[in-house]
Formats: sequence, C-alpha cells, structure tokens
Amino acid sequence: MSSNIDDHDIWIIGVSMTRFGRYPDKDAFLLGAEAALDALDDADLTIHDIDILAAGSVNQIRAYPAQRIQKHIGQTGIPAVNVINACATGATAVRTVHQAIKAGEASIGLAVGTEQMGKQGMLGAGRFGAGGERRFVPEGPQGAVMQTEGILGTGLMPGTFAQAGMRYAAQHDGVGPEQFIKIAVKNHENSVRNPLAQYQKAFTAEQIRDAEMIAYPNTTLMCCPTGDGASGAVLVSGERLRSLPVETQRRAVKISASVLTSDPWAPDGLVQPDINTLTRNAARQAYEVAGVGPADLDLVELHDCFATAELIHYDNLELCEPGGAGDFIDRGAPKRDGETPVNVSGGLLSKGHPLGATGVANIFEVSTHLRGEAGDRQVEGATVGLTHVIGLGSACSIHILEKGNL
Amino acid sequence: MATHIPIVNYLDLDDPAHLVATTCDECGAKFFGERLACARCGGRGFHHERSARTGTVGSFSIIHRAPAGVEAPYVSAIVDLDDGAVVKANIVGCPADPESVRLGMTVELTTYEVGTDDDGTAAVAFGFVPSKGAS
Repeated sequence: MSSNIDDHDIWIIGVSMTRFGRYPDKDAFLLGAEAALDALDDADLTIHDIDILAAGSVNQIRAYPAQRIQKHIGQTGIPAVNVINACATGATAVRTVHQAIKAGEASIGLAVGTEQMGKQGMLGAGRFGAGGERRFVPEGPQGAVMQTEGILGTGLMPGTFAQAGMRYAAQHDGVGPEQFIKIAVKNHENSVRNPLAQYQKAFTAEQIRDAEMIAYPNTTLMCCPTGDGASGAVLVSGERLRSLPVETQRRAVKISASVLTSDPWAPDGLVQPDINTLTRNAARQAYEVAGVGPADLDLVELHDCFATAELIHYDNLELCEPGGAGDFIDRGAPKRDGETPVNVSGGLLSKGHPLGATGVANIFEVSTHLRGEAGDRQVEGATVGLTHVIGLGSACSIHILEKGNL
Repeated sequence: MATHIPIVNYLDLDDPAHLVATTCDECGAKFFGERLACARCGGRGFHHERSARTGTVGSFSIIHRAPAGVEAPYVSAIVDLDDGAVVKANIVGCPADPESVRLGMTVELTTYEVGTDDDGTAAVAFGFVPSKGAS
C-alpha cells in the first residue's frame, strides 16, 4: 500500500480550524496554538515530530506569532518563520513549509494561519481631517497635498473589488447586480451546513439586495465580515509518510500543486491592483503541475471576499467558458449540487475572513471533503479540489489537492 | 504667491487643466506619478506628455461607506482615457446612483477646489463629468 507513495510528493496529514468569529477573551497566539494542537492531534503527532513551523498573520505579524505559538505548544528550538503576504498569508505559510520539505531541510512541518481583527470596521479606512494648522505642502512621490481617498476615486477594499466586478460586467454580457446577488445567496445558503462558519444564516435575494449598500453593487451581505480565527495544517514528505501508521496514510491528502504569483504588468494595474492576471497565471501553472484540468475539480474554495470577486474568479480559474461567468452562476453550476461546487463552506462571505487564517482554512475545507469527513456539507465522492486566495497588492496562491487512495 | 495648488503632482492646472503622463521611452507604457524603472519592461528612461482629457468609464462603484471626513455617497471610477492611459477618479457633476453612471459612458476631465489652507491657497482636485450628450 505504501508503495504508492512517491518520495518527492508532499502530503497533508493533519488539518484544523477554529470556528471563525469573535474571541475578545483570547488573542491570535492562543487561537493559533489551539489550531496547531488540533492539527497535530489530527495527524496523530506531537510537536516533537515537527521540523519547521511557519505562522501567518497580517495584523499580529509584528508580534511574531510563530514564536508566541511555540510558547503555548512546545519550544523545541526548530526554525520558526513568520509570514505576511496580504490575504494570501496563510497559503504562503503552507507553501513555506512545503518548500522546506521539498528542499530536504524538513520531513514534517506545521503551518498555522491566525488573526484577530475584532470589529475594526472597514480595512484601511484611516481617519481624515485632523485639526490644527493646515498648509498644503506636496508630500510623497506623487506630491499629494491631502489624503486622496474619496477624492481621486477609492483604494479601499469594497470599492476596489466592486470596480473589479464592474470591469468584468463592462467587458462581458449577462453580468450585473443580479448575478452578484445570486453568488451571495449561494454562499450564505451553504454556510448553514458549516458549524465552523462565523455566520450560518441563509438570506433571500431580496434581503441581500435591500441590505445596506457598502460599495455598489455590493451590499453588506455581499461583503465578507471581519473576525478572528485560526487554522493549521501538518505537511509531510512522501518518504516520511511511508513510515507513518497505515491509518495516517489512509487519510493523507496529496498536494499536487502549490503555486504563488504576483501581479505582472497590466494597464489596470496603474490604478488598482489587478486581481485577474495573477490568478489566471497561478491557475494555469497549478493545472499544469498537477496534471489536472478545471473539469476534474470536485470542489473549489475560492477567494470571495466580495460577491463581485467570486464571479470574476470563475473565469480566472477557467471554471467556465471565457467570458461566461454570468451564465455559470445563472445555470447554478457553482451550487453545492452543481457542476463544480464553489465555496460549500459558505465562503469568506459567511464563513468569515480572519486574514491570516483564510489561506489555511480553505485547505482545511478541501482536505476534509477529500477525506470524506465533511459531515452535512460533504461533497460526495470528492477526489480533487482547488483552493485559491488572493491578497491585494497582489499575491495569489493556489493549491490543488487530491485524495490519496493509499 | 500661488493661490492654487494641484492635489497631486501629475495634475497640471494650466492651459487647460490636464493630467501629465510619465511615459516609458522604450515601450510607451503610461504612468501617473514617477517610476524608477518601467513596471512593464524595466526600461529606465521616461518622458512627460500631456494626457487626453476625454475617455470612457471602464468601471465604477458607488461608495456609500467611507472613512470619516469623506463625503458619501460618491462615484469612484476607472477611466480609460482616449490616449490609452488609465486613471482612477471620481465621477462628478451627476447624481451618485446607478441610473446616472453607465459603463462605457464618455467623460471629460474637470477640476474643482477641495479645500483652502491657512495661507488662502486652494487645493484643486480632478474628476470626470459625463460628456455633453454622453452616450
């Protein structure tokens, strides 16, 4: 049975996530430590088996979460790395461990993503209009004499992702608010089956349409919430997996591709991060490395930070015909019983989006389905899945995971 | 003494007001704001050129939730200028609702004062207004 394991493949043997939500009585390090121990337990290992730890966080990164987590779970002196890479932070932590194993420096590693955001409101929304003496003095490379947010367009997340979706609507027929609303209906409906989701509540299209408008066409129910949470994953080399118990091998999930891209130059990149080209490039690389195509995918967890974002990634990930993202949602293809179920976890829109945790949590989600352990939300017979995260700047990470059949 | 100052250095207020593109000598990529090397081709040489005052709305959002001190709702847009440059700006001079702003609508550069400092100098921002008889 273990002869099926190639020395050079890298496997996931333990995954975990805390329920996403608000934990004012905890901090990101405690949440990360809980996820770390749960992932170790799931792999039936202890901290003494771990050769490298990578911890991802955005808001807590300067407090060095990897070392803070070690103090809760065991200080064994191994290399510990802190990772920040926008909303691709957690996936980049997984990839850091993947690279260490691939390089032969480690045989088993632990990746943790953790975040505490609280109710901090809209990201990046600084305060303006401080009092005192006021003189217009050009500052910075663009010689700005005042904050330009809201005067020269918006650079904040809701507007940026709204504009990305509307850009797609401008270039393709059959895409508008109705399609974006359908995506939010789908993901909120999926969340009802996920006990780990921050919100587990279904909404009608009318409720979503009539909710508070944040950045047209996205209402508040089409924007992901802020929140706290953590997720962990234990990775192992194929060589080492052969020496682990049969039960561990049986539940192992193969990482068939681990890809990271940044924005190549594109005209739109002049005015806002281009979230499309780097996702297309990452998908193309991932499919090639894994030797699978979009039609092989049994489920996809993609980065629906806003409903407008999910729609354009149908096209970017080649889940639909080029330009066909509107028709894809209209015909129900990404629903949990559709052609390619997308975000059966509830997605970021309802599962939540504690920034650093997200890229590990979607690996938790897909792995759990491939192991056949997803309970009420299980996609029956799932053998291949894809995870996608993208952070503005931009950073995009895609993992393709396959059931081991060991 | 200057009585007007542009909000950013790539806005030229004169003759008539226009944006100044920083254009790559090698590949022609256009930027607003200086670059050390071209993000497209890596070239190190640039020249400045007067950018088009007209373009089309390539995308937009109507921002209802904004930071303190920013008036909302307002229309943020990606404007595809007629010379191939792309700029982000507010659409002004029409109501901030999806009935008044359309994808592909033709627009024209405008400027307006956004504040005065203690010396009486007015900061001037740019935005885009729907062209007359906009289609």
